[in-house]
Amino acid sequence: MQATSATLDKPALATRHGAGRPRTLLAGLVLIALLIGAGALLPKWLTFLLTMAASHGLVSLGIVVLMRCGVVSFGQGMVFALGGYTAALLFNRLGMTDALGMALAGGLVAALAALLVARLIAGYRGIFFAMLTLALSMVLYGVLVKTDAVGGSDGFNMGRATLLGQALPDASVGYLLYAVTIGLSGVLALAARVYFDSTRGLVSLAVRENELRVEYLGGSVRQAVAANFVIAAFLGGVGGALTVMSLGHIDPNFSYWTSSGEFVFVAILAGYHSVLAVFIASTLLEIVRSFSSLYFPNTWQLALGIFLLLAIRFLPGGIGSLWAGGKIKTSNGGRP
Amino acid sequence: MSALADTRNAPVLQAAGLQKRFGSVVAASDMSLEVGHGERVSLIGSNGAGKTTFVNMITGYIRPDAGSIALDGRAITGMTPRAITHLGVARSFQIPQLCAGLTVLDNMLVATACHGRSLSFLRPAHRADAIERAEALLKRFGLAAQSGRRVSELPGGVRKLLDIAMALTEQPRLLLLDEPTSGVSVEEKFPMMDTVMQALEEEAMTVLFVEHDMDIVERYASRVVAFYSGRIIADAAPADALANEEVRRYVTGTLR
Repeated sequence: MQATSATLDKPALATRHGAGRPRTLLAGLVLIALLIGAGALLPKWLTFLLTMAASHGLVSLGIVVLMRCGVVSFGQGMVFALGGYTAALLFNRLGMTDALGMALAGGLVAALAALLVARLIAGYRGIFFAMLTLALSMVLYGVLVKTDAVGGSDGFNMGRATLLGQALPDASVGYLLYAVTIGLSGVLALAARVYFDSTRGLVSLAVRENELRVEYLGGSVRQAVAANFVIAAFLGGVGGALTVMSLGHIDPNFSYWTSSGEFVFVAILAGYHSVLAVFIASTLLEIVRSFSSLYFPNTWQLALGIFLLLAIRFLPGGIGSLWAGGKIKTSNGGRP
Repeated sequence: MSALADTRNAPVLQAAGLQKRFGSVVAASDMSLEVGHGERVSLIGSNGAGKTTFVNMITGYIRPDAGSIALDGRAITGMTPRAITHLGVARSFQIPQLCAGLTVLDNMLVATACHGRSLSFLRPAHRADAIERAEALLKRFGLAAQSGRRVSELPGGVRKLLDIAMALTEQPRLLLLDEPTSGVSVEEKFPMMDTVMQALEEEAMTVLFVEHDMDIVERYASRVVAFYSGRIIADAAPADALANEEVRRYVTGTLR
């Protein structure tokens, strides 16, 4: 894992002359293939756990995209829910059953919704940005709870997705949905890495560091924040759609503030240096959640809180700073 | 005469009748100034005289209450800093405005990327051509050896140079330097200004620089504009401006 992660998450300076990019992409594709291959050998509970970790990790990756330009959304539950409801409604109402199609549609609907408010939101910073996004997610939650046409507070079920026109057999449905989720999450993670290493990605980091300077160099801070907000929404929407396909059920809690809180938890635990770290952090959360629910069913949030406290105390730059934070380090010590 | 020739002969900067008040304080009162191509104009004056207000109005940081500003004959009054930057005005800051958590090279690459032509979601920031250009400019400013260092680790003089180097990445028509030597040690001031001015000379760039050190002004300015209480009180060659009675009384303090 060490060698692979180091290849996947080289800091900007180390990818000089663009030589690192093909190697990074190749290493990423190999890792995706290995994970998909290994999934066939894993127990069902573990493939489900990794499916949830990957789909939820996409939502947290969206928050990391925002963190890289200096803002944090407390309301990513909104795009998570939009993606999930889109997939489920497409399946139930329009008969669209293809897993990949539903996942991408979920991302697109979430991105379009974000586009509508991106310009407004991009004008806010700090706690105002965070609270505005939280408010939007809670408005959606309220609407969903009161809308009987989409199941109200109970939500509704959706059936089994298909893949490229083929029905998913009982024996392997869990694994195939795992493969779709790992494959799509992996490709989007690589796309995020390409974006982070691009000129726009570097300007995003500069926005985080010094907005005034970016404007006086001719860059648009508002455009950078708005673009990241829309990208984050797309990732969140795809994550929501993939989640609902594996769960077979959706309800308004997708948009509830505690869901958003968990995505922020993962993003903070991962830090903003590394894409891979987001998925590692998401997997850790799922493991802590599973085992804590099993052994301390009423106090698992306590275990989660202690886990986060330890991470903040000993890894303020997040897990990713262990291998990718050496060269890029912000003036605030890597904190979000 | 052709329209192109008219443009070439026109002043780079024309500011006319600029006024700015902050509450009851008059920060700028009827400031007018024309700057020709290739001039090195030093803006001098005591604290609160209106120098920085003037620079801030030119660069779009604050909007004048009255008056007009034109760059190469084109009105830029009230435009945003970003729009003015795209028209060819660059500036450095009294307190260097850098990305402290990034390396020196990354700061230069940010400057290149921000100008828009290379801005892309796919194009790598660390391309060979971009790095080559950035490193050439760093070399000209004597910063090549610092390329991989994080800005937060750099001393003040180096930060000042980097701040100016970033402003020069896209070869602006007009460069405004806000107190380029403030906070720089006496030993470093002249070598630093030599480096800056040599680089600017190679580009035949028009420069306005705010400065308090009269030795620097005398050595590097081709023209001096003196401010006092929101007004321009002198505009002449350095020797004449510094001999002006009002300048000696209110700016240099050599006449009491």
